[in-house]
Amino acid sequence: MKNILIDYLVALRAIVVFTVLTGLAYPLAMTGLAQALFPQAANGSLVGPAGQPVGSELVAQKFTAPKYFWPRPSASDYGAVPSGASNQGFTSAKLAAAVEERRATLGPNTPADLLYASGSGLDPHISPEAAEYQVARVAEARQLPPEVVRHLVANATEGPQLGFLGQARVNVLLLNRALDALK
Amino acid sequence: MFALDILQAALFAAALILLTPPLGLYMARVLEGRWRFLAPVETAIYRLCGIRELREMSWKQYAGALIAFNVIGLAVLLAILMGQGFLPLNPQNLPGIKFFLALNTAISFVTNTNWQAYSGEAAMSYFSQMAGLTVQNFVSPAVGVAVMLGLIRGFVRRTGTTVGNFWADLVRTVLYVLLPLAILFSIVLAGQGVVQSLSGYVTATTMEGAQQSIPMGPAASQIAIKQLGTNGGGFFGVNSAHPFENPTPLTNFLELLAIFLIPAALTYTFGLIVGDSRQGWALFGAMFVLFLAGFAASWWAESQPNPVTHVPINMEGKEQRLGVMNSVLWSTVTTDASNGSVNSMHDSLSPIAGMVAMLNMKLGEVIYGGVGAGMYGMLMYVLLTVFIAGLMVGRTPEYLGKKIEAREVRLAVIALFVPSGLILVGAAIASSIPAGLTSLANAGPHGLSEILYAFASALGNNGSAFAGLTVDTPFYNLMLGAGMLIGRFIVIIPALMIAGSMVRKTAAPPSPGTFPTNTPLFAALLVSVILIVSALFFLPALTLGPISEHMVMLQGRTF
Repeated sequence: MKNILIDYLVALRAIVVFTVLTGLAYPLAMTGLAQALFPQAANGSLVGPAGQPVGSELVAQKFTAPKYFWPRPSASDYGAVPSGASNQGFTSAKLAAAVEERRATLGPNTPADLLYASGSGLDPHISPEAAEYQVARVAEARQLPPEVVRHLVANATEGPQLGFLGQARVNVLLLNRALDALK
Repeated sequence: MFALDILQAALFAAALILLTPPLGLYMARVLEGRWRFLAPVETAIYRLCGIRELREMSWKQYAGALIAFNVIGLAVLLAILMGQGFLPLNPQNLPGIKFFLALNTAISFVTNTNWQAYSGEAAMSYFSQMAGLTVQNFVSPAVGVAVMLGLIRGFVRRTGTTVGNFWADLVRTVLYVLLPLAILFSIVLAGQGVVQSLSGYVTATTMEGAQQSIPMGPAASQIAIKQLGTNGGGFFGVNSAHPFENPTPLTNFLELLAIFLIPAALTYTFGLIVGDSRQGWALFGAMFVLFLAGFAASWWAESQPNPVTHVPINMEGKEQRLGVMNSVLWSTVTTDASNGSVNSMHDSLSPIAGMVAMLNMKLGEVIYGGVGAGMYGMLMYVLLTVFIAGLMVGRTPEYLGKKIEAREVRLAVIALFVPSGLILVGAAIASSIPAGLTSLANAGPHGLSEILYAFASALGNNGSAFAGLTVDTPFYNLMLGAGMLIGRFIVIIPALMIAGSMVRKTAAPPSPGTFPTNTPLFAALLVSVILIVSALFFLPALTLGPISEHMVMLQGRTF
């Protein structure tokens, strides 16, 4: 009985020690380091004037105007607290209907990433094909030659990281900011 | 595109194989207490906690200390979650977590499951994430390593009745293995764009003039240990699909590697401690084959166009920066290891890829598996395999020089098959009563898959989900909470009992009739045993769920 009691006392002290070490000292030290080394990245990669951000480079926001490129569909309607996905499976009637609706709006041969909602609901990127698919609409809405828009898309396109990791992608928020900056 | 995908997968496998020996060697040295370069800190922790680190424990004392540590850990975490409204570091003024959800979450993190019936950004204060969840992210894998060490000592100790000191094993794992790796990894993650900040959420005015609230928090430090400790509980609700948890393809690659890193290296650690590194490589090989088979099947299935929507690339629930291959590589790795984080929504995977994820968990999380837990789980299958091999050649089975007898085989069978049975029982109950069925997000066979997946995840201590299922209900919080507890301890206790009975046995030198366990032949036999016994168990249920769904999908049916 006494030994069992000792176990529980040691356990309680161990939880306190581990809480101080791994639950407070570790995350606070990492916060200090990250804030010193990478303030932009550690604070959400915000875009826009300090104190009045227009969003985060890493978080999709809603665009519906024809003059902007549109991001991938979001099951949480681009809300970030919390964000979410459709969680519909391959044989879901709801998913099939959603895809049909998007096809009806966007037209035939729409690239897959514009027909399917992202996993996070906040995917900041579209595929280069999805960007190209929207060039004509954006150019027309802005009364710009398509080549000008296409040039901005090319500037906003990232290849696979380090040349081989992940997929090519276009950051929608940065691209739309570049469009608005054209004068 | 295909060539790049192959290259990424090959690099992942190569990095895993290359890192296994050095990390395995390092862990063997520090866990055996031979390299003690942090001795002053280690000793200080022992004194602060009142640990007598040199005291040897019987398996009962070892298990007693482990249970005490988990009971206290559970109580403290429950109190933090329910009381977060009164605690500091809560810039969003989030209220305390309600009892059923708090209980489910506390069990989930203490048992290394990290099942989440909440979204972190909407429910958890920074204090809860740091001082509550992160702490268990460190100590729950360390408990797994401790059980593994106890079991290995049962095999390698030549005389005696004791299996080591639980507290010393726990402290050394955190101090020498988990903490240094987590510090390194946090910095890399934060540099790539994972948030690490204590300020409140930021409100942005979007380019079209709407308000968007952008969550913040000390995420990088938690995500580093979430992957390294095969925990898997996300800082944010959508886990590693969230751009703040997994912002770039590089973080994706490193997080994937971090999931397998320690469990894979522990096979080498095991080989070193038992004095024959080929014993470790045989287990590594069996795990690698099962991993590769699951990955290949998932990737093939996910690359077929959906015959219902006729969209050529299956991007529902996936992220553009990652793509299909990286999503199924992750869904395989996270369910092989008992990690459970996701970078795509498993509920939206093709029926066969979803089935592979489910089956990986049902095998008992032994394909590298959880930190420590994968090794002791695999050793249960090893005992069963040497027993079956012994039956075939008509000799008393032995492993690492010690005879395996009825008691050990019985205990291994309990550890392997009680969780499997309870997955089916739990799923059967949930799919026959309204409390289970009203939570479904998908109809038809996929609905059954959602339920099966939830119980496989809980009993296997995985934590990933077919997340459409609404699980924050009293029914699922309690059923799955109980499942996680049983799934954890129905393996730990028999493993320690086996350690206790093995340590008393005297070792005999190998004879010509001994079936060698350090060969590719043994690894192949082990793989067959794993597949045959689990396939028999789950084939009927899988036929009703994912296999049916695959068939009706080919006919273009929807539900």
